[in-house]
Amino acid sequence: MSQPTTEPRAVARPEEVEAVTFDDAMEREIEAILARYPTKQAALLPLLWLCQDRWGWLSPGIVTAIGQRLELSPAFVEGVITFYTMYHREPRGRYLLQVCTTLSCQLCGVSPLVEHLRSKLGIDFGETTDDGRFTLLDVQCLGACGEGPVIQINNDYYTDLTVEALDEILERLS
Amino acid sequence: MEPILLRAKGQKDSRSITTYLANGGYTALKKALAMPAEQVIKDVKDSGLRGRGGAGFPTGVKWGFVPKDNPNPKYLICNADESEPGTFKDREIIHVDPHLLIEGMIISSYAIGANVAYIYIRGEFWREAQMLQQAIDEAYRKKYLGPNILKSGFDLDIYIHRGAGAYICGEETALIESLEGKRGQPRLKPPFPAVVGVFGCPTVVNNVETLACVPPIIDRGAAWFAGIGTERSTGTKLFSVSGHVNTPGVYEIPLGTTFREIIYELCGGIPGGRQLKAFIPGGSSAPVLPASKVDTPADFESVAEAGSMLGSGGLIVMDDTVDMVWALENLLVFYSHESCGQCTPCREGSDWALDVVRRIRRGYGRPEDLETLQRIARYASQGMTICPLGDAFCEPIRSFLNHFGHEFEALIAEGKPLPPKKQPVLPVRSGHGTFGV
Repeated sequence: MSQPTTEPRAVARPEEVEAVTFDDAMEREIEAILARYPTKQAALLPLLWLCQDRWGWLSPGIVTAIGQRLELSPAFVEGVITFYTMYHREPRGRYLLQVCTTLSCQLCGVSPLVEHLRSKLGIDFGETTDDGRFTLLDVQCLGACGEGPVIQINNDYYTDLTVEALDEILERLS
Repeated sequence: MEPILLRAKGQKDSRSITTYLANGGYTALKKALAMPAEQVIKDVKDSGLRGRGGAGFPTGVKWGFVPKDNPNPKYLICNADESEPGTFKDREIIHVDPHLLIEGMIISSYAIGANVAYIYIRGEFWREAQMLQQAIDEAYRKKYLGPNILKSGFDLDIYIHRGAGAYICGEETALIESLEGKRGQPRLKPPFPAVVGVFGCPTVVNNVETLACVPPIIDRGAAWFAGIGTERSTGTKLFSVSGHVNTPGVYEIPLGTTFREIIYELCGGIPGGRQLKAFIPGGSSAPVLPASKVDTPADFESVAEAGSMLGSGGLIVMDDTVDMVWALENLLVFYSHESCGQCTPCREGSDWALDVVRRIRRGYGRPEDLETLQRIARYASQGMTICPLGDAFCEPIRSFLNHFGHEFEALIAEGKPLPPKKQPVLPVRSGHGTFGV
């Protein structure tokens, strides 16, 4: 199977997202999201996605802005963010290497890939390379067990991986 | 047997509405809109269709629970939060034929009287969400969605709602909480979603595969569908096969096909000529079965009789090289990570069980550990928790000990650490206590 081409994520520096406002384009998207639901609160997950796509992570300033827009307390928004594994509360790398470590991928041999990534990048799970390029994450079942081992890089699934294939993929991601 | 749900697999541009229409798509919708809604529900009841998400509840009966006299709006939600380890069939439907799902959703919304429907899709399925959005846009352009669909007077909008990484949101009330913009923690039932669901309104939550079965049932008739499979498990079922087989993947077969046929014929047997040791028939929450049960027919009743459940049809195959203590540890890592934390027996029990299995694997097992595991499994399942996640981690514990208890006992008796590299060990970002000695 041919592998996708993955674009780097935008990752805002902390000082850029101390306080944020939504520009007109974002505001239009927010209006479109709100129109799908009978309550404002239901727009929370989509709005968190919108902001994370824009800034790469959800700073306290972004949380406050979202809370104000949806009439929710920052504490409530934080509570929701921390429940879900895909929202990030600190800056991460431009490429998130999300390695599936659940049973089927383990049976298909994901461990050598993990060892390879660790030694090659010099980081462990949860860590980011010094150049801000890669963050290594272990994730639970990605739902593509028939094509294991699977690594999701940003939004894209890379399947049936070997160490050689992984090296080629990393080469292309700058 | 001719495929029903995966009929378009291998066709060029199988996801486009042009291909779908050429395959006879949206004729069932025309037929359904000319029928009274009651009749659509009756047809689905008569077809014997049972939910494909894991529980196997009769779909038509579930629809029948929506109160007719409730003045609130009604909602249909498609559960595309496919997260059960070993399950990847809904992803296949979306990749091959998203319009089958969209048409199923339109017919089902018409049947229950919903004018808004949501697809709750797991956050990781970003590409699949795009595929579905493209199909939805095409359906709007052809007037299969929007106001006054095909001049029937029926209106429907479908919206996609992305999750953000939480297995528990596949549980229907957790899904509803998440859709409402909250932490995805399951609700107590009753009230059931059919009466008080999303936004406090009557709601039906159906799995992707279930909804995809609806157009063929309406198109070709309930009796035709009921004639496939076994008497009480009708129709075809998608099996996601992973692990130690030569050709893993999604296979559409009539319910009642044996696991031997699936593993050795469809999937080309086990690599390297090794022997089958165990298989999990219905996603990781289903009890594991030993190789001796491989002649069990894969239908809801037979699998239950064999001591497991058909669940989502996620078949995980393990050969004779697999250390079953290691496999259980892996599953418990999953469940302790995914427990939502709401109920004490599940939150604490899953962590505790993981600690116990870990220490057994590392050679620090205690003689009483198996009894401890059994006790955890007893007190965190069968109604002791709000949702079935308690059962989902207790059933593996019970079944692994039941069929492969000797492997645990041997490690405890040996009382020293395993030789390194016997099985890969992945450190887990756990913080789940220590495996004290």
